[in-house]
Order: sequence, then structure tokens, then C-alpha cells
Amino acid sequence: MTIKRSSWSIPYLIFLLIFVVLPLVLIAIYAFQDGEGGFTFENIARFFTDQDSLSTFALSLEVAIENTAICLLLGYPAAYILARKDLNRSAVTVILFILPMWINALMRTLATAELFNVMGVTLGKGTLLFGMAYDYLPFMIYPIYNTLNKMDKSYSEAAEDLGATPGQVFRKVTLPLSMPGITSGIMMVFMPTVSTFAISEFLTNNKIKLFGTIIQENINSSMWNYGAALALIMLVIIGITTLFNDEDEAGKAEGGLI
Amino acid sequence: MTQNDVIIRLQNVSKAFGGKQVLDNISLDIKKGEFVTLLGPSGCGKTTTLRLISGFTTPDSGTVYMDGKDISGIPPYKRPLNTVFQRYALFPHLDVYDNIAFGLKLAKVPEKEIEQRVRKVLKMVSMTDYEDRDVESLSGGQQQRVAIARALVNQPKVLLLDEPLSALDHKMRQDMQIELKEMHQKLGITFIYVTHDQEEALTLSDTIVVMNEGKIQQIGTPADIYNEPVNSFVADFIGESNILNGTMIEDRKVNFIGHDFPCVDEGFGTNNPVDVVIRPEDIYIMSHTENAQFTGKVTSCIFKGVHYEMLVDTDSGYELMIQDYNAFEPGSEVGMIIKPVDIQVMRKERLCNTLEGVMTDDSHVEFLDGEFECGAKAGLEGGDPVTVEIAFDAVELLDHQEEGQIAGEVHSILYKGDHYHLIILTESGGYLYVDTQDIWDKGDLVGITIKPSDIKLSKRNDN
Repeated sequence: MTIKRSSWSIPYLIFLLIFVVLPLVLIAIYAFQDGEGGFTFENIARFFTDQDSLSTFALSLEVAIENTAICLLLGYPAAYILARKDLNRSAVTVILFILPMWINALMRTLATAELFNVMGVTLGKGTLLFGMAYDYLPFMIYPIYNTLNKMDKSYSEAAEDLGATPGQVFRKVTLPLSMPGITSGIMMVFMPTVSTFAISEFLTNNKIKLFGTIIQENINSSMWNYGAALALIMLVIIGITTLFNDEDEAGKAEGGLI
Repeated sequence: MTQNDVIIRLQNVSKAFGGKQVLDNISLDIKKGEFVTLLGPSGCGKTTTLRLISGFTTPDSGTVYMDGKDISGIPPYKRPLNTVFQRYALFPHLDVYDNIAFGLKLAKVPEKEIEQRVRKVLKMVSMTDYEDRDVESLSGGQQQRVAIARALVNQPKVLLLDEPLSALDHKMRQDMQIELKEMHQKLGITFIYVTHDQEEALTLSDTIVVMNEGKIQQIGTPADIYNEPVNSFVADFIGESNILNGTMIEDRKVNFIGHDFPCVDEGFGTNNPVDVVIRPEDIYIMSHTENAQFTGKVTSCIFKGVHYEMLVDTDSGYELMIQDYNAFEPGSEVGMIIKPVDIQVMRKERLCNTLEGVMTDDSHVEFLDGEFECGAKAGLEGGDPVTVEIAFDAVELLDHQEEGQIAGEVHSILYKGDHYHLIILTESGGYLYVDTQDIWDKGDLVGITIKPSDIKLSKRNDN
């Protein structure tokens, strides 16, 4: 008996059903149920009327945007220098920048928190942003570096040949052509920062609560329905941000990480 | 030629990349309005020469002049010349119009004028109505036209073209050649064109600069280069040819393939070894052998569209390629005549390998990073610098690199009628010239041995 080639995908389909589709369906079901299992919009409505939840959500967005901006400002020049053969001749430096990704983010965060304790730095928003930038910077650098590295050198040479100064070459050619890497980097940093809770817990001693934190707290204290509703709302919002990236779908695949 | 006619002048320019000499003391004058082609095999330094002119590379020594001014240190964006890149390098994030307008916008040309000039240049390259097209949706030939338009719209004094047609198919390439030639005539600006395609160079150019191994081999009109190549490299690279070893008996008399021939060359001395070039179409072939200068037997005959290409074994054991409108069946006896004016005699670049070496003891010598036994020679001892001479046919090539005293790679092959003349690039970076009957391929890795008795040494005075 021969097995059809298309049936090779069956194990993966089963995996997707159990570990992706089913949990999503469960989240959706829980989000629209009250404690007794009846259908309700109560959980969703509660989020939009609860001042605390809304302000936490706003703060999460703010922190995520700030972190993404910091990563972009630090990451682009780093990626640019790494990709320039005349400024960086060694592949080792690239690996050094990527190396932190090999270590579990939780461990790095705990170590950073300990470092701040030893140095006597008061934990707060500053340390939170520091920790986040430290954690997510490689995710910004790598896709941008990838795009810049693959970019044909003849584009910048053509621009220079047509009379562009080095500054104009960067603004008019290099930067626009590295946009796929930038959007990819923004997605990879922004999405996980919105939902993070461990970093804020360890690096602010729970002084600052992010959206991820309240989801985690609700689930932990067995308020599954409200927790599920919050998770669903976050999912929708992240889904919306991905839509912005849709037009760059091809570029995203090219600049993608790992 | 007056000074004013020269627009680009390279003077004693040298350039090395990573220890490898890419350009070796090149001097070249390019006249205003000329169509000049830099022609040579890959790695000959032609692209580097172009990049020196465009400014993407700076010379290690020597000077680049434009209109009499030294421009060696001026960055590319300040040079009044434009380049058509090998793979076009059109900006993928801009449409056709914005690609072409790129240079004009940087130069702050008024919007109205930009529009006029872009439309005019699009018309010239027959791409009207393509303004709004995405460059990536264009075919190779169309991208090529946009690339040319993007360069020409800036009205450069000199247009540089870096193998611009190499990515196009054969038919398209021929059409573009004609268009380029017409554009050059219409615009009257200087074109500097880089190619490895000798046919393209012969078709397009006013002047061809043949380059090899970082040196200019010959500068001349296409007809000059074809009819009177100055050395065996040029003869072999341009067109088909029979390149043979010969001896100049006296003025107007040369011996090759075992026969004496009258020729028109003078001044090569008496009984001096020379290279002789005969183009395949310049050998007259006939079915009778009386009145023939020499005879032979046809071994193969292939129809090439217009003419037949035949290989003939001569009475003295040489193989010649002959092109003729008539076919001669393989196996048939034929007679041949070569007119004196069709025999091109060239001075040999070298008669044997001449290398610098050092004695390691009184019976061993080191050269090309290898140590060779050479037998005891009177008056030479360890440490003495020596000049080593080795005949071409004294160098033995072996199939395996490790079997030789030194190792190398077959760099080029020239068939000389009854043997092959090879240039071997040794691992030390030096060259060895070898005559052999064996058939090798370009790029073959070989071991090299030399018998002690074939190594001729003479003491070298360093001062």
C-alpha cells in the first residue's frame, strides 16, 4: 500500500488542532461564559467599563511602543554596522549580538533584577524598559541585519553614481529598502512586549502591572472567564497590528528570524 | 592628438586587492566622443579599471585624470559621469519614472524640466508609457533600457557600461548592440564599455583595449586588433586562429610547420624564434596538390552556416583549422597556400621560464616556494641568489598535486598545432609556462616536477 504524499501532513494537522485551534476555541468559549456556564457578554463589557483594566491596557501599549522605539533606535545602527563589510569583518560580532537569545529570557530577566538589587537601583519603569530592551534587542537587530546584509551593494553604488552623497544614499535607498527588516523587527518586538508579564513582575517587583500580568493574575486566581476574555481582547489587538504588516508579507518572510 | 581631445587619462595606475596585483601600471588615454571597449577574460582587471574611472575604487598608485584634472580622490557622486551596472541595479522601491528622475531630483532640477527630460529619454530608449510601471515587472531587456535611460538623463560627459548586455539572451543582445551604437552616434558622448565578449567588442567599438592579467595587451581599432594581434594572447582571444611556433629565417621569410613561407614582416632578426598567427579563413585550400605550398589530409569537416570549418593534418604533422566556403571530405588529400600578407608574425613574449631563486645548499635551489634538486654547480653555494631558467618542455605535469615537488593549477591553454602551451598558476602565486603533448583542462590541479638536469642556474647579482 502506498501512502499518498498529501497524507504526510496529517500528524501536523492533528498537532495544530490540539495545540492551536482547540485552545483558541476554548479561550473564546470561556470568554463568553459566566461562572455557571451560561452565554454572556459580561466579561468583555467588564473590561471596557473597568477603569483599572483600561489603564493597565493603556500602560501596556505605552510600554510596548516605548520598548519598540528604543529597540529600533539602538538596533538599526547596530544592524547597519554589522552588515557593513568595511566596518565589521567578523561573523563573531554578529553571533555575540544574537548570543543572548540562546539563554532563556526568564533567566536573563532574573539575573538583570539581581544585578539591579546589588547595584541598589530602585526598580520601576526605568528598569522595566531596560530589561525589555535588553531582552528584545536581538529580535530587532537580526531581521534588519538580515535585510541589510542581503541587499545588493550595487543599489547604493547606483545611487552614489547618480550624485547622492553618502547621507542621501542612506535616506533615499538603504533605509527604504530595509523597510521589510524594520517592520519584521517591530512585529517581533512589539507583539511579545504587549503580552509580557514576567519581566514586569521581576524588574518592577510587581509595582507596574502590565496587561499580561492581569491575565496571569485572573487565571491564577481561577477567574478563568474574565482571564479568557482579556486574552481574547489582546489576541484581537495583536491581530490588528499584524494587519498593518500584511502588505509587507513577502518582505517579512525574507527578513524573518531563525 | 592634442591634449584637449583626451577626456579620461589613466597614468601609471596600479591596484592590488588582498596582495593580488589586479592592475599593473596601466596607462590609457580615452578621447572625447569615442566608443572604447575594455575587453578581456574575467579577472583581467577591466572592471577594476572601470571602477577607477567611476570612483568606486581608488588607485594604489598613479593618477586618473578627467578633462586634464586629477580626479583620483574625488568621490563617485561628484564625478560628471554615470554608470550602467551589470545587473542594472534599478531601485526596486521606485517606479520607472522615479528611477530615471533620481539623479535629476538630487541635482534639484525644476520639476517641470525633470518631467520633460524623463519623457525625452524614455522616448529615446523606446519605453514611452512605462513611467508608472514597477521596475520588477519589466523584462530583462526593458530593465536594461531603463538603466540606460537613468544614466543618460543626467547628460553625463562619459557613460560607463559594465557588461550591460551579459544578462540578455542572444537575439536581444544583438538588437541592443545596434541600439547602443545608434545612441552613441546620436549623443556624441564618450562610451566606455566593459565586456568579455570579443564579438560584442568588435561590433561596437571605435577602439578596443585588450587586457589580460592586469596589463593592457593591445590598443587599436577592431580591424587592427583582429588583423594584427601583437601577441599570442590577443590572437587567441579575438576570433579563431592558428597560433604556431616559427623561426624568422631573415626579413620577409619565416619558417613554421616545417616549411619556409614568404611574409611581409621585417626587423625580427635572423633565425629568431617567433609566434605566427594564421586566421582560419586565410588559408587557401584546394583539391589538387601541385603549386601548393604544403599538403595535408582533412580529418574533420563541420558546416558552420556560412562556411565549413575543417581540421587538416599537414604533411609535417601539424594540425591546422581552416575555414572555407567549399567542403572537403574527411580523408581527402588537399593542397594549401598562405599569402604573405596573411601571415602575422609576433615576437615571443618569452623563450623559457625565467625565475628568481635562492640556493639552499650547493645542490638544491628554492623557487616558487618549492625546493628542487639541481645537482652540484661550480661556484654556487647555499644562500646565493640565482636566476633559474627552465625550458617550456622540461616541466613535467602530474595528475596528483601531492606527487609533484610543487603544486599548481592549469590557468590557460593554447593549442600550437602540434602541442599545447599551458600557463600554470603555482600555489606560490607565480606562473610556469609549459609545453606538453598531453591534454589538460583549464582548472585542472597538477603536481609539477623538474629534472635536476633541466634546471639551468646562473648567479644573480642583487645590486
